[in-house]
Amino acid sequence: MLKTWILLGAGVLAAGSVVAQESGVSLLKADTDISNTQSLQRGARNFMNYCSGCHSMKYVRYNRMAEDLKIPQAELEHNLMFTSTKVSDGINSAMPADAATWFGKLPPDLSLIARAREHGVDYIYSYLKGFYVDKTRPWGVNNLYLQASAMPHVLWQLQGLQKPVFKPGSDGNGGAQVELVGVEAMTPGTLKPEEYDQFVRDITNFLDYAGEPIKAKRQSMGVFVILFLLVFFVFAFLLKKEYWKDVH
Amino acid sequence: MAAGPDSVHPVSGGGLLGWVDQRFPLTKLWKSQVSEYYAPKNFNFWYYFGVLSLVVLVNQLVTGIFLTMNYKPSSAEAFASVEYIMRDVDWGWLIRYMHSTGASAFFIVIYLHMFRALLYGSARKPRELLWIFGCLIFLLLMAEAFMGYVLPWGNMSYWGAQVIVSLFGSLPVIGSGLVEWIRGDYYIADATLNRFFALHVAALPLALVFLVIAHLMALHEVGSNNPDGIDIHDHEDAKGHPLDGIPFHPYYTVKDMVGIAGFLLLFSAVIFFAPTFGGLFLESPNFDPANALQTPPHIAPVWYFTPFYAMLRAVPSFAGTQVWGVMVMGASVLIIFFVPWLDRSPVRSIRYRGPIYKIMLGIFVVSFVVLAVCGLKPPAGIYPVLGRICTITYFSFFVLMPLYTKFEPVKPVPERVTGHA
Repeated sequence: MLKTWILLGAGVLAAGSVVAQESGVSLLKADTDISNTQSLQRGARNFMNYCSGCHSMKYVRYNRMAEDLKIPQAELEHNLMFTSTKVSDGINSAMPADAATWFGKLPPDLSLIARAREHGVDYIYSYLKGFYVDKTRPWGVNNLYLQASAMPHVLWQLQGLQKPVFKPGSDGNGGAQVELVGVEAMTPGTLKPEEYDQFVRDITNFLDYAGEPIKAKRQSMGVFVILFLLVFFVFAFLLKKEYWKDVH
Repeated sequence: MAAGPDSVHPVSGGGLLGWVDQRFPLTKLWKSQVSEYYAPKNFNFWYYFGVLSLVVLVNQLVTGIFLTMNYKPSSAEAFASVEYIMRDVDWGWLIRYMHSTGASAFFIVIYLHMFRALLYGSARKPRELLWIFGCLIFLLLMAEAFMGYVLPWGNMSYWGAQVIVSLFGSLPVIGSGLVEWIRGDYYIADATLNRFFALHVAALPLALVFLVIAHLMALHEVGSNNPDGIDIHDHEDAKGHPLDGIPFHPYYTVKDMVGIAGFLLLFSAVIFFAPTFGGLFLESPNFDPANALQTPPHIAPVWYFTPFYAMLRAVPSFAGTQVWGVMVMGASVLIIFFVPWLDRSPVRSIRYRGPIYKIMLGIFVVSFVVLAVCGLKPPAGIYPVLGRICTITYFSFFVLMPLYTKFEPVKPVPERVTGHA
């Protein structure tokens, strides 16, 4: 029995030791909290003001969002609904069908963006902080975390502009090759850096909520399920012990 | 005067149960299969995984029925209908997570259940057919899981189906026709989704349930093996009950309840706190809808297929065809069926075998886990080499089994079972 466990353990260890780290620029930590309703409310406001013009969030209904985020109905209808008329509608964008010709592709629906990327929350946060000036791109910006991204830097007035930081290297043939390692501030925006971080953190938090609206409730419910099962386990064990007294 | 029904069924009592018993062998079945089915008293931890796979099977069937009520098997609506279940259907998220986590849990308990058989020689005579039924269940389960994975119509569903179905295309002569026949179209499309849905919710579950019944019937015919690998019917009391056996009910029903509670604790922890399990149980590209024009960054099957997928990739193409890898993958599953005949040891249980079997089983387990990791990773760096080494060690375990089990020294086997948990 013990040997079996050792064998199994060895197998798992051997497997664990060959797990490699992904290369590339590592993502920033978003440090969001879906139980922070105020942050989610600010995120919803930011999303509606800066994102929903182009990006839909079709699986999230306005009224469900308002209920989960504790936003009063009047507030919802007057300040957050720009594109739809019914509160039970999904969040739509103002994009016409031929918008693909403007950007090269249609701005994607963002209902599930936080779940559809590996480390989605950190990815979104990093992406929103990763725009830098690149004259070769149609919108004059590129993104550190998604090269050749089709999206313009919508938040540039808030953040200001960033410039790329390169690490001089070599391509092995004597030619100079430069590796992109980060970005740094170039011109200031209307928000201070910490304010901008919080601004995009709120959007990120809201997108995390949108990916799975039940998440917070699921986790709080899970605590009670586990507690119940622990009690059940104890009683099942005691019952087993009682019955097995006469097995020798 | 002709004998009345009561003399035909003298065991039946009165009341409703008596009425039923005169028409259906209810009490008889309960006694022969449960309350007077004698199981060895020394079952240990490893003997929980049979009943746990039954628990997961029921979980999959019940949650599956409720999912079917709101799921739309059409390429235009499937993805949105899954999100509808997750967001708008009452408790839909829980039902779906129970089903998606259940799929992975099914393979975990089945793999441990099969490992138990390798530990204690449970596949050996007279349990060969029991083992074969089990292997068929495993085979069907793989088909069931694969088709179920396609149904949410996410991008990984789509490209996973594309990769797996196209494997059949490497078969000579019939390949391309066969692939077209499976897909029902020239690419993975609405027709494919429709037929996978039909197979996933009707044909395969039906076949699975029948095979599980056959598996249990075969088990109750030959009796359960035990950690000592000895026959408890060698020593019986005056009534013909094995001295080392105890009635399944109530002893193992109450004991299994403890195991089920422990399982549900882990199962619920995943459902409520980590339903995607870090992208292993639900992969992130599958939250993007199926897109025939955009492949996910890296296409890998779900974790429970990756050991076999890694063996497929380990074989290089030769003579202009990839068919060799497909054959190796097929063989890696089929060879499991032959364990009862490959194992030539005079003893069943690992407790009384020599060190060579223990080492080989250890190598086998390590190979399986490393192959699973290799299959998840892109074929770069150390993984192709590791995959090849482990493919060889995986097969060595089976192919060399007749040799190392026959010639290694074994310890004396006890007459009676040793202790109980």
